[in-house]
Amino acid sequence: MPSATAQHSSRPVFCQCHSLSGLVADIQRKITEAFEVFDRESNKTVDVREIGCIVRSLGCFPNEAEVQELLAQIEVEEPDGFVHLKNFLPVMTRVLLDKRFRPIPEDVILHAFEALDENKCGYITKEDLVKHLTEKGEPFTQEEMEDMLAVALDPETNTLHYRDYRVKLVVDETKTFPFNV
Amino acid sequence: MGSIIGTMGCSSSVADRKSENVIRAAILIQKWYRFTMARLEMRRRYSLSIFQSIEYADEQDQLQLSNFFTFMLDHCTHPDSVSQIFTSPSAPQVVDEDLCLKEFEKKIDVPDSYYGPRLSFPLTVEDANALLHAFRNEQLLHARYVLQLLSETRRVLKEMPNITHLSTSYSKEITVCGDLHGNLDDLLLIFYKNGLPSEQNRYVFNGDFVDRGKNSMEILIILFAFLLIYPNDLHLNRGNHEDYIMNLRYGFTKEVSKKYKDHWKQILCLLRDVFSWLPLATIIDSKVLILHGGISDTTDLDFLNALERNKLKSLMRPPKSVKERQDQTEKRIPTTKPSKHIANQHVAGKTQHNSSSGFPEPSGSNLPPDPALKEWKQILDILWSDPRSQNGCTPNKSRGGGCYFGPDVTAKLFERYNLKMLIRSHEFKPEGYEISHDGKVITIFSASNYYEEGSNRGAYIKLNPELIPRFVQYQVSKFTRRKNLRERVGTIESSALKSLREKIYAHKSELTSAFAQYDVNGTGRISVNDWAAAMESVLQLELPWRMLRSQLAQMNPDGEVDFMSCFYDLKMGQPTKEAQPALAETLCRYRKDLEIIFNIIDKDHSGLISLEEFSQTWRLFTSHLGIDVQDDSIDKLVLSIDYNKDGHIDFSEFLEAFHVVHRLEKKATS
Repeated sequence: MPSATAQHSSRPVFCQCHSLSGLVADIQRKITEAFEVFDRESNKTVDVREIGCIVRSLGCFPNEAEVQELLAQIEVEEPDGFVHLKNFLPVMTRVLLDKRFRPIPEDVILHAFEALDENKCGYITKEDLVKHLTEKGEPFTQEEMEDMLAVALDPETNTLHYRDYRVKLVVDETKTFPFNV
Repeated sequence: MGSIIGTMGCSSSVADRKSENVIRAAILIQKWYRFTMARLEMRRRYSLSIFQSIEYADEQDQLQLSNFFTFMLDHCTHPDSVSQIFTSPSAPQVVDEDLCLKEFEKKIDVPDSYYGPRLSFPLTVEDANALLHAFRNEQLLHARYVLQLLSETRRVLKEMPNITHLSTSYSKEITVCGDLHGNLDDLLLIFYKNGLPSEQNRYVFNGDFVDRGKNSMEILIILFAFLLIYPNDLHLNRGNHEDYIMNLRYGFTKEVSKKYKDHWKQILCLLRDVFSWLPLATIIDSKVLILHGGISDTTDLDFLNALERNKLKSLMRPPKSVKERQDQTEKRIPTTKPSKHIANQHVAGKTQHNSSSGFPEPSGSNLPPDPALKEWKQILDILWSDPRSQNGCTPNKSRGGGCYFGPDVTAKLFERYNLKMLIRSHEFKPEGYEISHDGKVITIFSASNYYEEGSNRGAYIKLNPELIPRFVQYQVSKFTRRKNLRERVGTIESSALKSLREKIYAHKSELTSAFAQYDVNGTGRISVNDWAAAMESVLQLELPWRMLRSQLAQMNPDGEVDFMSCFYDLKMGQPTKEAQPALAETLCRYRKDLEIIFNIIDKDHSGLISLEEFSQTWRLFTSHLGIDVQDDSIDKLVLSIDYNKDGHIDFSEFLEAFHVVHRLEKKATS
């Protein structure tokens, strides 16, 4: 199945069974569905703070800075900070057609954990984990950190055996969420 | 997006390189984590969406039931017909007003073996504590004391006006609580965190004390006990669930009949009265209006304060004046237009004709305004409406009663009555509360874990003498180890999907027809889009079907949906040979409605109705819904259920046969 490369963002994507318009219509339906889950009052608007969540649940893998860039392209209605579907749709359709923010393969995540594991012993201590993830990169909030620890930390040794955690994450995702474009 | 080890300039030191790697690694992990959290949040949201859509659809079914009652009234003038029961107020035995405490004491004996609380009137704080202690230990209060308590409560409530006026001038703070829905743990938690009601600790409970949860009775007992002890400091507003017909559907009636096997009829009868005597609203310092649902553009507080609130025992049946009924006999067929909800003509359809407030009005709605009708609509609006961010006042189509009211409606009411805030409940909120209409409207919901363990927090409001609200949230947890988010979402999601699958099963033939229409070549497979369209149009639930598809139906490698697979692991409770599939499915879908109807027909609460009554009701019901069922099929089925051949059937047993069972679950428990 031929696919566009990321650099040529204006070249359309074709697949064997769809015309372009069919593909776009499909994509737009998926975007609308995801959007409406967060549309509290069924009036085609969502809180701007939920946009990151919606983008990710459509299978995209942006970091926080990329989410902000995306938001800059979408018109946000003042003063409430609500995004209307009609403004979100074209931007998000483009993102999905161009296959931007693709998920990272699992082994790359494994390498990331290994990079934090200074002694290469197969696990990371709670202290190191907290230090790295709340101080570096795009730091976790306290809540995010606590939640990750709740899932990933082995309570007896207070360490994270990253090979196990990674498996848990990946398995959960593919089992319940094949919502791929 | 490849490896962590990037190319470095030769001037970087090893340490720099290492720290850059660490930073990149951190970003990657953070990105990945946020990705999984977002998906988890999506699953949580759509699960709550499923719960809420099904709940509202259920409430609409309730509306259909009222419509059916009206239909029966319109169509049956035959004196012997079943509908006779609807022409007179269907109160089987009205509990005598003169029945006082002493009478109950004489008539009902409390055995020595009873170790529960023994109440003595007038109640004191000791009695209240004894009740709390007993209920924490899952004891029941004896029926005699329940009846005495209810009769005293009625006596006290009768003295109260429709709208209670409170002042904060001498007390510290007033606590306002929302829906409890039978969750005793939440009430106990509130009392634990916030203290018991007293002169220094005033409470307003804003309706919906009962239904759904399993301790509705205990909640009422506690609230009424404190009401009797501190009548000026504990205040109750009526909710839409303080309504005997709602209770038939949503579990309270069943709870009472199970807990009080000998006296439930009396208790329910007395409760019907007590509910109708509950005040409709509370106003604090003439500035804060507290009522259960909301308002409409016609809400008239003066009118509400003046009407006789106890006349409306249930809002499910709009009042009919004698004159209107006489007019009805001329216009035989009510003008019902088929709702746009009908997917396929030959299967069950729903008909309704809506007034501006949504609930069906008697066909004679173009007659001169009936005061009883105005009273009904005014109360309906305040007990059923929901706030929305769009301006205007439109019929509440989710619930089928009351309206959606916008900020302009709120502003107008506030101006008219010089108000500052509206506190209401009635709507589930994940955080236990929500502020809308620019701070003017607060929703307070006090039943935590409402849909499922972990689904939401509950909250209450502390209102200080400046009338500034402060919110306190909580969540009851059964588990000593705090479940992590992933586990919580998993629980909520599987519970929501289970409910959804039941609904799918109950609409099996309609869905099968809808699917078949897309499956031109008869392959058994259709596209995801077609599948989603069919699901939406038949079930009438606005849900993210494409997202849910993987949980509901199987897809082949070509990307097409094997549409019959969504019925695979579901089946009927007890296989009934005599019931044809179509009939069985209809019984399954309307099980709850039929239960309610039969309960009302069963005037002496014996649990039995005659075959004749059953047949007649069934015929009327199916003709009202436009379902085409062969005449003799139901008779055959009924005869097979009448085991004693005595001309009566135990309808609970009968209906029990038609509930949906999940095969996989059954395997697990057997």
